[in-house]
Amino acid sequence: MATFFFLVAAILTVWGLYIGFFVAPTDFQQGESYRIIFIHVPAAWMSMLIYLVMSFWAAIGLIMNTRLSSMMAHALAPTGALMTFVALWTGAFWGRPTWGAWWVWDARLTSELILLFLYIGYMALRASIEDPRRGDRASAILALVGVVNVPIIYFSVQWWNTLHQGASVSLTKSPTMATSMLTGMLVMALAFWMYSIAVSLMRVRRIIRDREGNATWLSESSGVQ
Amino acid sequence: MKPRHKRLILVLVALALLGLGATFVLKAFRSNLVFFYTPTEVFAGQVPQGQAFRIGGMVLEDSLQRNEDGVTVRFAVTDTMENVPVQYTGILPDLFQEGKGVVAQGRMDKQGIFVADQVLAKHDENYMPPEAAEALERARKIKMEAE
Repeated sequence: MATFFFLVAAILTVWGLYIGFFVAPTDFQQGESYRIIFIHVPAAWMSMLIYLVMSFWAAIGLIMNTRLSSMMAHALAPTGALMTFVALWTGAFWGRPTWGAWWVWDARLTSELILLFLYIGYMALRASIEDPRRGDRASAILALVGVVNVPIIYFSVQWWNTLHQGASVSLTKSPTMATSMLTGMLVMALAFWMYSIAVSLMRVRRIIRDREGNATWLSESSGVQ
Repeated sequence: MKPRHKRLILVLVALALLGLGATFVLKAFRSNLVFFYTPTEVFAGQVPQGQAFRIGGMVLEDSLQRNEDGVTVRFAVTDTMENVPVQYTGILPDLFQEGKGVVAQGRMDKQGIFVADQVLAKHDENYMPPEAAEALERARKIKMEAE
């Protein structure tokens, strides 16, 4: 299953980058440097979405006391952290030529940095507790507390004066960008989805094998010793 | 009530309280979360007195002047209501343009000139090819002439 998603991700990435680099026109103000959005925006979207999905599974694990949902939450965390890091890193590269600064402490950038710390804290807390079930519960609470940060990231550009520009693409208004730029960005976003699903499935398989290696249901169903 | 229903209610209540708490905290820190002040706020005296702050807005059209030394520039930042004169010595970012967004960091001097030590270009959310931008500009000029 993961292989299938990896394949789709690879095809979409090639297609999206082709649109991004060869089809989409140059921007009237920023020139070529705007092309970072084909990585930056999908990564930033994924960083927030993965956090929501991760907290959802963590909450289910906490409420229903199910082991598998907690494992799913743990499997998502590293990918979410990676996406957050990519969003921050590409943003810095874009910010230097465009704004004139690598980093500014505005609400959007700061809240995204907090998201990275939440991911890292979540993984660290989970890893520091010996008993996996206790680790599940403790890290789930951390994940749920951090969930308030996601709407803050998303709406920060509306609520406060920030250096970061407002959303070009949102559910409530028509996009303020040229069609081929938008297509490239959406294809890349889809590619990032597929990649995230693929690696999370692979990772959760590893976690199940590590934690439930002795369980009879596992050896019976998959032949793993 | 089953234990898992209890836990569900507990989680939901905790999340609601957390959201409420976050709202209050954000409201309380509102002024600290603002990256820049607008010229109107500057004139209304809502900016920190005697310390550095940032102002943001548009660079007023036809306001950019270069001093003879070549590195000092003067321009006005506007929010269409008020204008603040700004003086800056240094290299302007590539995207700095009249009629475009800008954020300047510095402090007010006694003459009411904002002396900036950093100027950042604020980008807007519009992405389009140069031809489309030119077409928009042409349409704007035709409309202005018609008026």
